[in-house]
Amino acid sequence: MSAVEKDIEEERKLKPFLINFGPQHPAAHGVLRMILEMDGEIIERADPHIGLLHRGTEKLIEHKTYLQSIPYFDRMDYIAPLSQEYAFVLAIEKLLGVEPALRGQYIRVLYSEITRILNHIFCITTCALDLGAVTPTLWGFEQREILMEFYERVGGARMHTNYFRVGGVKEDLPDGLIEDIYAWAVKFPKFIDDLEGLLTNNRIFRQRTVGIAIASKEQAVEWGFSGPMLRASGVAWDLRKMQPYDVYAQMKFDVPVGQTGDCFARYLVRINEMRQSLKIIMQCIEKMPFGSVMCDDLRVAPPKRAEIQTSMESMIRHFKLYSEGFHVPKGETYTAVESPKGEFGVYLVADGSNKPYRCHVRSTGFAHLQAVNEISKGYMLADVVALIGSLDLVFGEVDR
Amino acid sequence: MFSIEEARKHLSDEIGDKVLEFNIEKDTLVVSVPRIAIAEVLSKLKSSSILKMEQLISICGADYPTEIERFVIVYNLLSLSNNFRLLIKVSTDAVSPVPSVFSIYKAAVWYEREVWDMFGVMFSNNPDMRRILTDYEFEGYPLRKDFPLSGHMEVQYDEKLGKVVYVPVVLEQDYREYDTLSNCEA
Repeated sequence: MSAVEKDIEEERKLKPFLINFGPQHPAAHGVLRMILEMDGEIIERADPHIGLLHRGTEKLIEHKTYLQSIPYFDRMDYIAPLSQEYAFVLAIEKLLGVEPALRGQYIRVLYSEITRILNHIFCITTCALDLGAVTPTLWGFEQREILMEFYERVGGARMHTNYFRVGGVKEDLPDGLIEDIYAWAVKFPKFIDDLEGLLTNNRIFRQRTVGIAIASKEQAVEWGFSGPMLRASGVAWDLRKMQPYDVYAQMKFDVPVGQTGDCFARYLVRINEMRQSLKIIMQCIEKMPFGSVMCDDLRVAPPKRAEIQTSMESMIRHFKLYSEGFHVPKGETYTAVESPKGEFGVYLVADGSNKPYRCHVRSTGFAHLQAVNEISKGYMLADVVALIGSLDLVFGEVDR
Repeated sequence: MFSIEEARKHLSDEIGDKVLEFNIEKDTLVVSVPRIAIAEVLSKLKSSSILKMEQLISICGADYPTEIERFVIVYNLLSLSNNFRLLIKVSTDAVSPVPSVFSIYKAAVWYEREVWDMFGVMFSNNPDMRRILTDYEFEGYPLRKDFPLSGHMEVQYDEKLGKVVYVPVVLEQDYREYDTLSNCEA
């Protein structure tokens, strides 16, 4: 080795090459800034800088009534809005001791599974897009549009639906919607097959994901992984099975578990979860009872339109419910749901007034992103893109 | 899955001498321990052959300004093998640091950073105590109850300097916090 080469070698050892990745990088899935310390093209250390989408949601919620707080949850993980609402609504129900209406529970489970498919289509196809495959995104977003139409028909908005309520849901499904969901659900497996046809045995996709960014079982548990990330590493854990909420206990479905813990295993787990979600959707449609979608607890259930026009008391109750809101008795709870990304939890402290005293949101992506440093070590720069794609990050949720 | 009573008995066996208070909040067991003992308690719970609290789900803070030790830090643990959740609480004030638990659960680093960022609670021995969610030169601790909802500073583009600068918040109209509580019982 010549003297010059020696010098270069010395310098390389002293000072690793730094790359600033993001915050406006298409493969960063939002506003993620990463400082990467590189040895050539090998990652030595990854330091994610987050908070670029921090909007102080937890602080805002402390200043709003419980009912006014629900829309904030739509805006956290804007790819899967209803799962977030679900956790918050369940937490309030637990503190109030309200039993939601049975039809309301079925609708919530139905929509939470629609949300799961909505999320997984997005995650899988954009991950594929980062790896160079454009077609899955085009096909997938067409399907997402159909699902967002189902959102629109119940809540009036494509994404920020604000549909779940304490005690049930806002309104019953409009006529014909359940038939349309059924018609879609019958056709959807074809789409999953097509998507698999594009990706599962695609040589390029496999080369970019198989054996890339492996998280071992121990690592996944240690870093607080949940959802598909945990299952891809071989831990059979699903809150819908282990700590079932609403009518999940009556649903028959399997929990897909991966073995290798690499990006490809996460992809396979998500694909299979979509098939299982379809099973749950079919069961919901089949078993959905008739009746009210809102419980009859007068603390949280708004009076019916007809009642308001004939009864003064109903008028007053309606006014008070939407101005003052309901009071939640003193107490605290941690309530978690299996959101499409993993465990999404709400730690809620109530002080007996009409506003939450403290509402901490346990976001899924926060835990996953933290592990990037350890998991990406020793892989190439291009593999970080595959890893971030498979982590399924949405920064509205990570930064809150 | 343990019943609350079983869990309470196991906890008394494992960390009984450290526990200040057992509470049952709905279906969750909440255990208060002294600040100094938190690392020891968590390491015992994690290595315990009965309880097996393998996962640290989150760490969060809460501010109760009327208390002497105004901050409560809540450690949310989950046992995958027992399907059991546990909340551990410690309290602290604005100057006393809480021992970091990152050597027991690696995931603690970012959660402790978040609590530091939001409440200004220090964690001793945490290797990385930078702010995490707020801006690089942010001042103050936003989730404290005495921090105003509007914040103190806002950003705007300065034509002369040609960059984004921080200026004190100016509200065009007074911020109105409605008192929605009525005097009569709902």
